[in-house]
Amino acid sequence: MASALDDLYRDIILDHYRSPRNRGRLAQPDVATQGANPLCGDEIEVSLVIKDGRVADVRFNGKGCSISQASASMMTEGVKGKTIDEVKDLVASFKGMMHGDFEPDGDELGDLEALQGVRKYPVRIKCALLCWNTLAEGLELLEKSRAH
Amino acid sequence: MLDVQAIRKDFPILERRVNGRPLVYLDNAATSQKPRCVIEALVDYYERYNANIHRGIHALSEEATAAYEGVRAKVAAFIQAPQPESVVFTRNTTEGINLVARSWGGKHLGPGDEVVLTEAEHHSNLVPWQLIARETGARLRFIPILDDGTLDMEAAARLIGPKTRMVSVAQMSNVLGTINPVGRLAEMAHAVGALMLVDGAQSVPHIPVSVADLGCDFLAFSSHKMLGPTGVGVLYGRLDLLEDMDPYMGGGSMIRSVALEESSWGEVPHKFEAGTPNIADTIAFGAAVDYLQDLDMENVRAHERELVGYALETLGELDGMRIFGPLDPAIRGGVVSFYYDDIHPHDVGTVVDRDGVAIRAGHHCCQPLMRRLGVPATARASFYIYNTPEEVDVLVHALKKAKELFSGVGIG
Repeated sequence: MASALDDLYRDIILDHYRSPRNRGRLAQPDVATQGANPLCGDEIEVSLVIKDGRVADVRFNGKGCSISQASASMMTEGVKGKTIDEVKDLVASFKGMMHGDFEPDGDELGDLEALQGVRKYPVRIKCALLCWNTLAEGLELLEKSRAH
Repeated sequence: MLDVQAIRKDFPILERRVNGRPLVYLDNAATSQKPRCVIEALVDYYERYNANIHRGIHALSEEATAAYEGVRAKVAAFIQAPQPESVVFTRNTTEGINLVARSWGGKHLGPGDEVVLTEAEHHSNLVPWQLIARETGARLRFIPILDDGTLDMEAAARLIGPKTRMVSVAQMSNVLGTINPVGRLAEMAHAVGALMLVDGAQSVPHIPVSVADLGCDFLAFSSHKMLGPTGVGVLYGRLDLLEDMDPYMGGGSMIRSVALEESSWGEVPHKFEAGTPNIADTIAFGAAVDYLQDLDMENVRAHERELVGYALETLGELDGMRIFGPLDPAIRGGVVSFYYDDIHPHDVGTVVDRDGVAIRAGHHCCQPLMRRLGVPATARASFYIYNTPEEVDVLVHALKKAKELFSGVGIG
C-alpha cells in the first residue's frame, strides 16, 4: 500500500469507521442539526444535550465515507464533557488544521490529529468538515434560542 | 475495429503519470480527453485567424465565420439533421434543454399539460422542467425504471397520453449505461401529438445517432464529452419548431432590427445565439467531429461494447460487487456504476486514484435515481475509444487493494 494512503487511512480512522462511537440520535436533545454534502450525497445529524454549560451527551447519525464517519465519531468523543466555549475552540482548531493554517501540537486535538492526512486530498476535506459544520450550526442555534 | 494503440498516441494527456503510475482515465462520462488535432485547432484559430464572426468584412472575420459555420454543417451531417440551420450552438447539453424548456415550454405549456421524463434523468433534464412547470402549471410525470435498469415501457405507454405535450428522455443513462429506446418513445409521443426531446449527452459521443432515424424533435448534447473542448453544446431542433419559438436570450447577433422599444428576431439558428459565441471552441469541436467521423461511430460503439462486456464480466467476479444497470452489453453503453463491498464510493475513488485510476464517485447529478437504487452514491467507470481491457484489469487490481484496506467495514 502506498504510504500516502496509509497517511490518509490511519488505523485510528479505520477503527472509528468500523466501530463508530456515539452513533444514533438522542431522545431529547437540546439541539439537533442536519448537514449534507450535496456533492456526494452524504448526510449527517448531530444532536446535543447541554447541562450546566457543558456537552453532557452527543450523538451523530448519518451515512458517508470513512473520513466523514470517522471524523464525526472522533468529534463526539472530543466534545463530550467540554464547555460550549471549549467546543467552539475545538471547532476552530480542527477547521484550522483542515485548512492548513494551524499546525496542531501536543494534546489539543488528541486523536483528531490523525485526520491531518486528509489535507493532502482537497476534495475529501469537505467530508471531514461536514460534522463539524453541523455541530457549529447547532451551537449557533442554541445561542440564538438562549439569547431570547 | 479501432486501432486503440494508434488512437492513444493522438492523446497527449495519456502520457501522463498520476501518483507515479500511468494514467488510467475511466471518467469519460464526465468529460473525455482531447486529441492533439482538437488542441491544435484551438491554437491555429488564435494564431492565424482570430476575429469576431458574422460582422466583420475583413479577411480574418470571413475565415472565422466560414470555419464556425462549417462546424454547424459538419455537426448536422454527423447527426443526420436535414439542414445546418437546425443546429443551434449552446454552451452545453444543460443549456440546450433549458432553451427548449423555456422557449418552447414557456410558450406552449399550460395548466393540465404534462411533461413525461424518467426516474433516471440527469438533473439537467429534470430541473429545467421543474422550473418551467412551476411557472406554467404543467405537471411532470416519470417513467419508472425496472430493477434491471431498463425503462418500464408498459408504464410509459400508460403515462404518455392525451395530456402529454413533451417527452424528454436521455438516450443513454449516465449512471446505468442503459441505452433507452428513445425512437420508440418518440413514436409514442407523436401518436398523442406530443414532442420528443432526446438528451444525447451520453449517447452522441458513443453510439451512432441519427435524428432522422430517431424521429426526435430535439436533441441536445455537449462537445466536451466527445473529444471537443468544454463550453460548446449543440441543440438540434426541428426547423419549424425553432422558427416558432421565441429567443432564449437577447443581445447582439440574434436580431433583425432593433429600435429602442422593440426588436425583431433574426433567422434560426442565429435567433438563439445572442452575443459573441464560443468561436474558438466551436471550431475545435469541428476537429473532434472529424476525428470521430474518421473512426466511424459504428467502430466506436463496437469497441466500447466489447470493453463494457469485459468490465461487467471481470468486475462481476469480485466478491461483494453490486453492479447497477443492464448486464447485456447490447443495451448498455460504456458506463459501469457499482457499489463495492460496502466501501463508500468516495473511499473507492481515493484508493484507486493512488494507482493512477480516475473514476467518478458520487451521485452523478442523479439524486432521485440514487434513492431509487437505495444507495447514497456509486462509483462509476466509463470508457472511451482510448481505453483498453488492460486498464480494466488495473481498476480491478486497485479495487482489490481497497477491499484489503477496508476489510471488516460494513456499516453502510
